[in-house]
Amino acid sequence: MATVEPTADPLPASAESGRRRGPGAYLLMAPAVIWLALFFLIPFYSLLATSLYDPSGSDEAGWEMTYHIGNYATALSRYWDSLAWSLFYGAAATAICLVLGYVVAYAIAFKAGRWKNLLLVLVIAPFFTSFLVRTLSWQLILADNGWVVNTLQFIGILGEDGHLLATPFAVVAGLAYNFLPFMVLPLFASIDKIDHRLIEASSDLYANPVVGFFKVTWPLSLPGVVSGTLLTFIPAAGDYINAQLLGNTNTTVIGTVIQLQATAANQPHLAAALSMTLMLIILAMVVVYIRRAGTEDLL
Amino acid sequence: MRWLREHLVLLLGLAVLAYTFIPIAVVVLMSFNDPATRNVYRFDGFTLDNWLNPCEDPAMCEALGLSLRVGLSSTLAATVIGTLAAFALVRWDFFGRSTSNLVIFLPMAAPEIVLGSSLLALFVQAGFAGQLGFWTIFIAHVMFCLSFVVVTVRSRLAGMDDNLEQAAQDLYATPSQTFWRVTFPLVLPGILGAALLSFSLSFDDFIITNLNSGNDTTFPMYVWSVARVGVPMQVNVVGTLMLVISLAIVLGGEANARRRMRAVRG
Repeated sequence: MATVEPTADPLPASAESGRRRGPGAYLLMAPAVIWLALFFLIPFYSLLATSLYDPSGSDEAGWEMTYHIGNYATALSRYWDSLAWSLFYGAAATAICLVLGYVVAYAIAFKAGRWKNLLLVLVIAPFFTSFLVRTLSWQLILADNGWVVNTLQFIGILGEDGHLLATPFAVVAGLAYNFLPFMVLPLFASIDKIDHRLIEASSDLYANPVVGFFKVTWPLSLPGVVSGTLLTFIPAAGDYINAQLLGNTNTTVIGTVIQLQATAANQPHLAAALSMTLMLIILAMVVVYIRRAGTEDLL
Repeated sequence: MRWLREHLVLLLGLAVLAYTFIPIAVVVLMSFNDPATRNVYRFDGFTLDNWLNPCEDPAMCEALGLSLRVGLSSTLAATVIGTLAAFALVRWDFFGRSTSNLVIFLPMAAPEIVLGSSLLALFVQAGFAGQLGFWTIFIAHVMFCLSFVVVTVRSRLAGMDDNLEQAAQDLYATPSQTFWRVTFPLVLPGILGAALLSFSLSFDDFIITNLNSGNDTTFPMYVWSVARVGVPMQVNVVGTLMLVISLAIVLGGEANARRRMRAVRG
């Protein structure tokens, strides 16, 4: 790929030098910093501490603090399959979102002309109806006597006793549907910035549209691909609404397990150990992914 | 054929968009449904009853009321706190600026189930396990809305032309006149957008709320609890109303912006 000369800094020089100095900034920042310190950073410490509690010294001992790394081993040996299902669902939904989202973002950025803003509103419009109501609506669409199943059976893609609801397919379809806007918006932001002249130049140099796409458009849209993938994968891997409303009972996702262990089962140490594990796996995947995709400066 | 080739991408994009509206169409349709039995979920006949008696199940309207109260109060708090922080991050140079940027970004990058369970761990350790309810939901919602507000307002501020402010100062406006007559009106659309986003995030949240709500029930939690026994059709009325109201706000804002652009151009 040819290197493109950077034309401008992300922040113009005037914005950099025009920044004020003085104690005022601390007054403006204080409420946000205090809120996030109290209710975002400290809770992580509580989660870590809870994940290390010795369950034998729990309720009756008044949560006396004894460290116990074994919670992680217990949690993982019991629930590794839920963790694997969550990561699989997240990855599959993200892949589908990337394909569908790229088509939508590309069409809006390059082909929509003066309808650009309206189409962008339409991308986020379904997002305004409640997540749960939309997922229940999918339940209805994929139901055994619904028109999708009937049509597929009529064409012969689905067997007479085949069904869609309560299968991994329905979960992935629901996730891909629910998180599509998270993919489209960052993709649109980076495709929209691409200079058309670069694509024209590639066709002047006898690249056909397919080659032009893979050598010019796709590399230039990578920042959007990276942030869209992360914004889709992370919530999709942690979600349990789709798995529980659209999936079957054989495949429990990690979100369900954490929710149950934290509340109904009253095993907060296991819930905490699983939360920490999920967080660490996602963090590791994000670091590796960003390294490979080559946009370290994204964060 | 040529026409099709030229417009293929646009048509595919529109097809995907249309597909995302199928479940929405079902929600709108079901809001007019007259079901034969409560737990068979299919369209049986047209009626306006669901719209005329939205509170047939009082539990739903109670949950809706809690969601509105939580949504409005946490949106107000998150928008004020987040807007102040966005101004500091764009306009001021201070020690810890890049660390603050990172801390503000992190809540958006953590899965909700982790945010929710860590807050619950804190509340339990602090001895609030028995008092989960409105205030713990409020605290959680302000926490996760805050980052989205900062990011939205910050991008609006960063993209603003500061020549206008300099012009105001050249015309002998005092700093406070410059702020209230020039800066604030220019940032306002960003702040309103952030507030709308924050309200819909709060109104829609299930995973974090479910962990930190104690015995209180928000609208998404109500929907979850009736999902297995059969959802009253009024849930679809609420879904439809949410869509219509937010679309009206967004499209109204868009139309207003266009009209002003035309007025400026003359």
